[in-house]
Amino acid sequence: MAKIKIDKERCKGCLLCVNFCPHGLVKKGFQLNKRGINYVEFLDKDNACLGCMQCAIICPDACIEVYR
Amino acid sequence: MKKIFKHPQSLRKVSTHYCAGCGHGIAHRLIAEVVDELNIREKVIGVAPVGCAVVAYDYWNFDCCEAAHGRALAVATGIKRCRPQNIVFTYQGDGDLAAIGTNETIHAANRGENLTAIFINNAVYGMTGGQMAPTTLIGQKTATTPYGREANYHGWPLKISEILALLKGVVYVERVSLHAPLEVLKAKRAIKQAFFNQIEKRGFSLVEILSPCPTYWQMSPKEALDWIKEVMTKEFPLGRIK
Amino acid sequence: MKKEKILISGNEAIGEGAIQAGCFFYAGYPITPQNELTAYMAKRMLQEKRIFIQAESEVSAINMVLGASSCGFRAMTSSSSPGISLKQEGISYLAACQLPAVIVNIMRAGPGLGNVFPAQSDYFQATKGGGHGDYHSIVLAPSNIQEAFDFMFLAFDLADKYRNPVMILGDGILGQMMEPLRLSVVSGQLSDRYNLKTKNRKLKAKSWALTGCKKRSPHIIRSLYLKQKEIEELNLLLQKKYKTIKQKESRWQEVDIEDAKVIMVAYGTMARIAKGVVKKLREKNKKIGLIRPITLWPFPQRVFERICQRRIIFLVIEMSYGQMLEDVKLAVEGRAKVEFLGRGGGGIPKEQEILHKIESLKI
Repeated sequence: MAKIKIDKERCKGCLLCVNFCPHGLVKKGFQLNKRGINYVEFLDKDNACLGCMQCAIICPDACIEVYR
Repeated sequence: MKKIFKHPQSLRKVSTHYCAGCGHGIAHRLIAEVVDELNIREKVIGVAPVGCAVVAYDYWNFDCCEAAHGRALAVATGIKRCRPQNIVFTYQGDGDLAAIGTNETIHAANRGENLTAIFINNAVYGMTGGQMAPTTLIGQKTATTPYGREANYHGWPLKISEILALLKGVVYVERVSLHAPLEVLKAKRAIKQAFFNQIEKRGFSLVEILSPCPTYWQMSPKEALDWIKEVMTKEFPLGRIK
Repeated sequence: MKKEKILISGNEAIGEGAIQAGCFFYAGYPITPQNELTAYMAKRMLQEKRIFIQAESEVSAINMVLGASSCGFRAMTSSSSPGISLKQEGISYLAACQLPAVIVNIMRAGPGLGNVFPAQSDYFQATKGGGHGDYHSIVLAPSNIQEAFDFMFLAFDLADKYRNPVMILGDGILGQMMEPLRLSVVSGQLSDRYNLKTKNRKLKAKSWALTGCKKRSPHIIRSLYLKQKEIEELNLLLQKKYKTIKQKESRWQEVDIEDAKVIMVAYGTMARIAKGVVKKLREKNKKIGLIRPITLWPFPQRVFERICQRRIIFLVIEMSYGQMLEDVKLAVEGRAKVEFLGRGGGGIPKEQEILHKIESLKI
């Protein structure tokens, strides 16, 4: 079991994490942060996240932390 | 649950000025992680370049000096010679390290200065508006090559890493890329090696990082990563050069 | 402490002065007529277990100095006119980063490559900033070998005190000429003459230096301020500093000016020749004097303000075509007549030419 935490205020919505998540658990959100950016959201209803860290490793803004 | 990927102590928790999908953010974080892991935050001195990464010192959480365009390795030489006990590195873009600062780069490397140079190659001048860099690929359109770079008019992409590898003072040169998570991990390993070499007083180390510039490549962040993988690595092959 | 005198060239005296003043880092690049200084440092710095680097260019040398200075060490570089032009980038950054450094310019004739004959034609470049932006280096002009040595202490002290670049402005004659030098720095004498404080004392650690952020928050040495307000604040801070320097650090020498009707104004090598003229004419009871600026920036305006109360003629003599002349005119503000005699391109106004000029003033 694993999960990620996204710092939504520092997310720039580049969507690289969305592209690299092997289970498609990170998605572009519909909410805007204070900078007016559609930040990404982590949705894991079936506990599919393995904590592979690919999203965090590719994130150019160091806004993802991973727990396992 | 345990935190298995955390924000490095050597990186301030602030929002950077970089565009979405820019590789600088990844490279900054990798350096911060390496500095943390080698436990050298209290003795590292970074030298920031001129270019997009000029305010890198606002993002790193350790001592930093700014250098004029291209002069980072001269400034770093002055620091390291006076303070050999500190760990000194430069962070430079392609324009900084391989155009205006080629002289400083080659001679610092040739003197075998015990330094670590992190070289960000994104084939374009970002800060000034996307002009041709020494590493711009043949055919690549930039603000100053609007019809594409032509070899017999603008010259060829400069392979500074291969040039530096010829010098006796250089102990380590590796070209890495940020185009996928696995490649990012390889990049981190190379950066760590380059810092480790300095700790071991081995001489000059350089890591060239192929890094995306989605804005001036006019691509989405993901397309930029794919372009590195499919196009850029053909001209700049990855792997250890020395 | 040794008391004997040695025979030494100006270039070497500058080098020895720098070493005794605690210069830890020197980077240079060969250019005539200052090569003896670089060679002297190559020999002596290693003897003292300090750092000497022959850089790949003047640009690189000044930036190495910036690096050495940023981490708290006394650092210097030297060159001659064309090389100093190349160093202007670094000097502007030093001023903006508020870093101390000493830059020696043993001037040669210009413009362009010119030639290796002595000149004073870098006065504007030295005193008005030289590089881009609103800044000043403190400029000291020694006129003999003893001063060339002594001023290195002053230069490093002023640089540290104000966190500002200091330039030693000499010419090829001063660099090449040999004179007896009293190496032992007798503190009393030096303090009296130049109000010096450095005396083989241990230098204080610099609280702002880059040393690694052990048990403190990180230090940043920077000159880039992206917000308009921030860069204006830096400029105001610099201007405040320059005002203090102007008030406190103006230095000059007066020779027989109190009753003089003609007062020559000359610095460096030119002042030596002018001194000879004063001596010669005083023997004939002519009322002639000399003001020799020691700091070219800040220019010693105060002495002109005092002297201008009387009816006198100033005669500015330079190995250039009217550069210091402008500062004298600014100081005099039209209250007295200002005449000029100058030669450039390696030419030096001779004693006879000066006597002839003074005669033509008809006083």
